[in-house]
Amino acid sequence: MGSRLHGIIAKEFLQLWRDRLALTLMLFVPVAMLFIFGWAINTDVKHVPTAVFEQSGSVEARTLLEALENSQYFDVRHWARSTRELTRMIDDGTAKVGVVIPPDYARQLVRGRAQVQVIVDASDPMVATSAMNAASSLAADRSLQLLAQTTEGVVLKKDAPPLDFRVRAWYNPDLVSAVFIVPGLIGALLMQTTVSVMAIAIVRERERGTLEALIVSPIRRWELLLGKIIPNLLVAYGQMTMALLVAHFVFDVPIRGSLPLLYGLSAVFMWGTLGIGIFVSAASRTVPQAMQLSFMTFLPSIYLSGLLFPIEGMPLGAQYLAHVIPLTYYLRVVRGIVLKGIGIEYLWPNLLPLVVFGAVVFTLSILRFRKQLD
Amino acid sequence: MVEAGIPRTPAVTVTDDQDAVVTRGLTKRFGKVVAVDHLDLHVRRGELYGFLGPNGAGKSTTLRMLCGILEPTDGQGRVLDIDLRRDPERVKSVIGYMSQRFSLYDDLTVEENLTFYARVYMVPRAERAPRIQRMLRLGDLGGRERQLAGQLSGGYRQRLALTCALVHGPRLLFLDEPTAGVDPVSRRTFWALVRHLADEGTTIVVTTHYMDEAELCDTLGFIYQGKLIAHGSPARIKAETFARPVIELAAEDPRAASAALADWDAVEEVVRAGARVRLILAPGGPDVAAVREFLAARGVALDWVGEVEPSVEDLFVSFVDRERKSRVREQLRALGAAER
Repeated sequence: MGSRLHGIIAKEFLQLWRDRLALTLMLFVPVAMLFIFGWAINTDVKHVPTAVFEQSGSVEARTLLEALENSQYFDVRHWARSTRELTRMIDDGTAKVGVVIPPDYARQLVRGRAQVQVIVDASDPMVATSAMNAASSLAADRSLQLLAQTTEGVVLKKDAPPLDFRVRAWYNPDLVSAVFIVPGLIGALLMQTTVSVMAIAIVRERERGTLEALIVSPIRRWELLLGKIIPNLLVAYGQMTMALLVAHFVFDVPIRGSLPLLYGLSAVFMWGTLGIGIFVSAASRTVPQAMQLSFMTFLPSIYLSGLLFPIEGMPLGAQYLAHVIPLTYYLRVVRGIVLKGIGIEYLWPNLLPLVVFGAVVFTLSILRFRKQLD
Repeated sequence: MVEAGIPRTPAVTVTDDQDAVVTRGLTKRFGKVVAVDHLDLHVRRGELYGFLGPNGAGKSTTLRMLCGILEPTDGQGRVLDIDLRRDPERVKSVIGYMSQRFSLYDDLTVEENLTFYARVYMVPRAERAPRIQRMLRLGDLGGRERQLAGQLSGGYRQRLALTCALVHGPRLLFLDEPTAGVDPVSRRTFWALVRHLADEGTTIVVTTHYMDEAELCDTLGFIYQGKLIAHGSPARIKAETFARPVIELAAEDPRAASAALADWDAVEEVVRAGARVRLILAPGGPDVAAVREFLAARGVALDWVGEVEPSVEDLFVSFVDRERKSRVREQLRALGAAER
């Protein structure tokens, strides 16, 4: 038994080593992905061109506009003389955000009921959300300060900043996307590797006719599978380590929790994704087919798991879907360990679905694999 | 390299315990389709057994059952005295198997391929190196140990695949269309090697639809529609089972000649191959003179006519229903042409 398993593992490593391009890609694609997602994709949109219709001419209004500028989210560039002009500026794209300050702004502030209208060009949802978040948190900040001078915080609760903002500000005070996205990428990466590499490793044997020889040989099914899973896991852990190093040293992502726990729980996640990989191998006849199919399983996970967009903002149907995707739970585990430094006592509600998914999918995939050999 | 031997009949008495493969009523059904239908097979130890039949006749299904990877629906089988139904896993470790796809890892070297199969077949560590050396010599692969299998030419790949199947020293070797897609020179070298192995005592069961390869076997088994329709040495099948004269003729108008002959009751089959016409006559049918006379009476001029040796293809086709003859012959030709 030992010799057979050893034979498969040694062979898989030799093949990995021979295909040095693929091996290099496997180890450096994670790094490239981190750079692309960490730098290029920035869900916090800054320096949004902003138009202002200022009617009060007061010092208070000027302070507010300065605060807008200082937040770096808004570039106050255009001055409108009427609501119509402001609307036109947004319509033709000169500005993405319009701010209307009422004539009696200073007096409203004193009464503690200042109303500033913010119009956002929502045709670019990323800009819109970002601008709205920034504006509302700013407004909350200002009213807090000003109100504190007048009414000793009675209105505080009413105008409290949105919960989301507070949560993010807590673990990620500078609201840097990279800190939020990079740990999540580790999950996406592990999933992609385990699904596609596993599927390709099996389909390639079938395509070349070597699976036939293995079926006729005394090798057991579990030896064949384990012989392919072990090298795959090692590659995945290699990628994960690369990603963590880059995340920590390039993107200053703090690693607050226990690394052994992270590596251990990652195995639970990969248990299920390896199962998906075996399923994909059963459904594909050629390597390109296996790659396409892996990608198909990968795509919904990327968009629905909360990797890029928060699940809370999705339509209800998508939210339900998100909760049958293992990556959703794994992301919470990674972010929980890396960013919050929490332990298993808080993570188990997310671990449980991963265990269930792993057990079900892996078992079914093995049954399917058995059929495919006959 | 070894020279191709002359077909021989091993001098052993036929008892079960001398048989490398025995099946009784071996049957495999896939749903309603009967792929193998009550097959009784005997392969004696040390013989080179040719398993013949057109595609879909049940050759591969039978082979897969004998290798222990497909469970028979019915019937029994013993391979090297191991019960197929009770212990299929043990069958796997004592046999060697090589398929027409060669099953090599192109991105591994010659030596790495051999090492891999040696490990998979549990060759003890101490024996591995000498065994691999022996295989390299046997397959004439010396000096190519570090070459990638993917860079080898067809003949070398084929011999590497064979030595990979032999690395654990099996006493029984299954070859499933091992020469498909290989050039004629390599085919000859390969068959010389196979013949050599059989002469050294390895039992070999080989499937093929190349009739010239069938001539090199000690025993032939013809399978058609899942049934064994003839069995014996090529010479015996020709003399006893077939027992039909075969006459070939060259006519000025081969079409007219074959049309005339097709209506003659004494003729079982008329095969046209270019300008030549081949006649399979009924057992004890007319001789060359009678054929000449028959055609002369119908005004068909002949350039040449004479009796020839029946080919294995003739044997094979003679076992097939009359209405299917031409179709089966065409199929055999097409397979030969496509893969040669």
